[in-house]
Amino acid sequence: MAKRIDVSGLTAYYGTHKAIEDISMTVEPRSVTAFIGPSGCGKSTFLRTLNRMHEVTPGGRVEGKVLLDDEDLYGTGVDPVSVRREVGMVFQRPNPFPTMSIFDNVAAGLRLNGNYKKSELNDIVEKSLKGANLWNEVKDRLNKPGSGLSGGQQQRLCIARAIAVEPKVLLMDEPCSALDPISTLAIEDLIGELKERFTIVIVTHNMQQAARVSDRTAFFNLAAVGQPGRLIEIDDTERIFSNPSVQATEDYISGRFG
Amino acid sequence: MDTTKTTDAPPPTSQPPANVQKRVNRGATRPGDRVFLGLSRGSGILLLVIMAAIAVFLTYRASLAISKDHGNFLTTFEWNTNLVPPSFGIAVLAFGTVVSSVIAMVLAVPVAVAIALFLTHYAPRRMSGPVAYVIDLLAAVPSIVYGLWGALILVPHLNGLFGWLDEYLGWTGIFSWQGGAPRSMLTVGILLAIMILPIITNVSREVFRQVPQMHEEAALALGATRWEVVRMSVLPFGRSGVISASMLGLGRALGETMAVATVLSPTFDIQTSLLDPGGGTFAQNIASKFGEATQDGRDALIASGLVLFVITLLVNGAARAIIARRKEYSGANA
Amino acid sequence: MSTAAVTDKRGSSLRSASLPKWSPWAIAGGSIVVAIGIGAGAGLTSHIQWGLIAALLFVLGTYVIASAVEGRRQAKDRIATSLVWVAFLLAVVPLVSLIWTTVKRGVKVLDPYFLTHSMGVVADSEPGGGIYHAIIGSLEQVGLATLIGAPVGVLTAIYLVEYGRGGLARAVTFFVDVMTGIPSIVAGLFILSLMLMADMQPFGFAGSLALAILMMPVVVRSTEEMLKLVPNELREASLALGVPKWRTILKVVLPTSIGGITTGIMLAIARIAGETAPVLLLVWGNSFINNNPFSGAQQALPLYIYQQYSQSSGSTAAYDRAWAASLTLIAFVMILNLAARGIARWKAPKTGR
Repeated sequence: MAKRIDVSGLTAYYGTHKAIEDISMTVEPRSVTAFIGPSGCGKSTFLRTLNRMHEVTPGGRVEGKVLLDDEDLYGTGVDPVSVRREVGMVFQRPNPFPTMSIFDNVAAGLRLNGNYKKSELNDIVEKSLKGANLWNEVKDRLNKPGSGLSGGQQQRLCIARAIAVEPKVLLMDEPCSALDPISTLAIEDLIGELKERFTIVIVTHNMQQAARVSDRTAFFNLAAVGQPGRLIEIDDTERIFSNPSVQATEDYISGRFG
Repeated sequence: MDTTKTTDAPPPTSQPPANVQKRVNRGATRPGDRVFLGLSRGSGILLLVIMAAIAVFLTYRASLAISKDHGNFLTTFEWNTNLVPPSFGIAVLAFGTVVSSVIAMVLAVPVAVAIALFLTHYAPRRMSGPVAYVIDLLAAVPSIVYGLWGALILVPHLNGLFGWLDEYLGWTGIFSWQGGAPRSMLTVGILLAIMILPIITNVSREVFRQVPQMHEEAALALGATRWEVVRMSVLPFGRSGVISASMLGLGRALGETMAVATVLSPTFDIQTSLLDPGGGTFAQNIASKFGEATQDGRDALIASGLVLFVITLLVNGAARAIIARRKEYSGANA
Repeated sequence: MSTAAVTDKRGSSLRSASLPKWSPWAIAGGSIVVAIGIGAGAGLTSHIQWGLIAALLFVLGTYVIASAVEGRRQAKDRIATSLVWVAFLLAVVPLVSLIWTTVKRGVKVLDPYFLTHSMGVVADSEPGGGIYHAIIGSLEQVGLATLIGAPVGVLTAIYLVEYGRGGLARAVTFFVDVMTGIPSIVAGLFILSLMLMADMQPFGFAGSLALAILMMPVVVRSTEEMLKLVPNELREASLALGVPKWRTILKVVLPTSIGGITTGIMLAIARIAGETAPVLLLVWGNSFINNNPFSGAQQALPLYIYQQYSQSSGSTAAYDRAWAASLTLIAFVMILNLAARGIARWKAPKTGR
């Protein structure tokens, strides 16, 4: 199910401002890749280019290639709507649809994509909520609004919503930054389980988190404020945190800047 | 919003020196403070007095008129205030006011919502700014100008439409047309729709613009098309705002005077067809009958104005209640 | 099982059949051509009908073509897009027509003579005459209304934001909302009922009172919004220096928000300047110049327009004057609006939204 991502020569703009420049990397299927780096270095922007969400921002524009198992996301004739069905996303702040029940939130993506029988929907919703480790907490109140849940539960609801449509890749943009430590731990455990089925890319500000959950880590940096962000290096997480090959990475990880 | 509550009691962490604090808390001990507080509080009280006076005086004059009314004020189908004793009732006016406003709402609300969506989610960015600005300005065009335009430009253009409606929908009775000048309830409804369109559009646009980016992105990331984003995130979020915008528009349509007075050929009866001229509204009736009215006639018109006042209060109250509910609701989700 | 169901029900490719970018324009062009054909062929005289037919064809055509090529979801998306565009274009037609006709017909007789003469010796059906008396009347009535309405409105807003709490403030807030919804004719009837008690004849200032009632809630609302934008730190900084509260409000709060307050007042003036109904009831109208707003009937621009339309039994000269007066009124209202917006942008507090 999971797919490989191959990025080559990717540059993204906001209007005339160049946000990230010339990024190339490969993300293996069924692995967790963490993006770390100081604020404003473009790691979230880069993440959003991987499911064509960057162009939703006014003035957003992308050059370069992103191959999903050899198919270019930015090729001619590619429908961004189809791309986003293949590459799911979880956002920084939990964003369940406020007017929908828990059940409807999880079923929202499925209902867009086709006609499901009630029993099929029930099965998929249950499976997705179980997959997001939320089923036991909400199974008695599936018809209550999703906004009544705690922040951590809401974020797991959003993960359930994203995995219900069986994407090939799951992007997570600082999914724990709005959560307390216990909820964070629950999400981190979940990421470990989800990588059996999905290719996962996660942006995080928290280096311990990157070290805990990821197999590979990419470090982004920018030369100066106003300059575009660049990929400094990407390597096995263990290596990045013990013996990085670039001095800047070591400085950042050891807390000397950023 | 919170500024109101915290204005004159600074939070403990940033307290001014103790002597100042004491003075501030006791409010108006200095002469200057006392005068200023008195003036501003007096203005607030003046507003309340005006509102009370409106209710009291209208009710008083209305009661004078109704006590002389030989007919039934609610059900009589005539307005003969010069008879001795006078005989008048508001049934025709209530009917005409409701019908014309309902037509206006049915025509204006969907179009206004569509334009608001157009401006926030569909139009090219370069276009939406200036267009929104122009619509803002159009909301400020005086109603008498809409009336003049309606009477001299819109009415002649409606002959074709009325003929067509009569030909294909005449069998319903509602859309039959005997060929009189197209100055009917439908004309009034169309003109009112055009007039309230900018107001409803502006308020709806504000609401749609406030839809949090993250709700829209949630739908986009699931692979929703633009219309599906609108249906899943924008419309549910904006629904109560659109309802209250519509109520504000309805309030204006109910009380509109001059535009109705210029395009309608009023008669004091109820037409079963929307296309045949005739009927009347509260506000139009006051404007048209006022010139020849005697003292009793004026009191009778004031009585009908009181009814209009109460109706618009109810409609506006409902709109405010919806807005207030919406605030609580969105606060709970923040 | 469910996994299989998901994959079966959607295409695995990122590419899907899609219409070329120019297709909406092509469908629109086709619809218009066909609509003209139908309209001319069936002998439909009204161009409104031609437009409606074209719009209908466009929406239907888009749906049929898109669902055949792209599938139902894309077709729905396209039909929503085309409906939204059609709604916009349909609504633009009357609004553009309104502005266009007013300007085109208004400039016919709008000249210095028109602005500086009254209708004193001119019968309504004859050409000539002007709106000088109406301009004088409008300026005096609106000016007096502003002198009453603006200070009361601003002071009430200060009370609500700076002092207000408890029952009185809540009552004022509630009734300001109620007042916003009063139809202008009802405000006119209220003053009329007072005049009936005192057995008074119509005069300009009576109209001013009704206009002031209509103006107050608008000023209160906009001023309140502006005062709330003034950051609390500014007030605290001033109070901490030992400045009394009333001086803090006068010297710190009001100067910071004066731009926004002025804007609100100007928008309120623009609103009441176009009101006809209360003037009709209370000021009555007059074809002669009356410079005294406290005695005798006066004229006002909106009322002049109405009377030129309704009392002239269809004379072209009267209609021309009505359009010219409309253009003058619209110009006045628009200039006020534009100036108000200009001030708002120029003086906007930097902490604003």
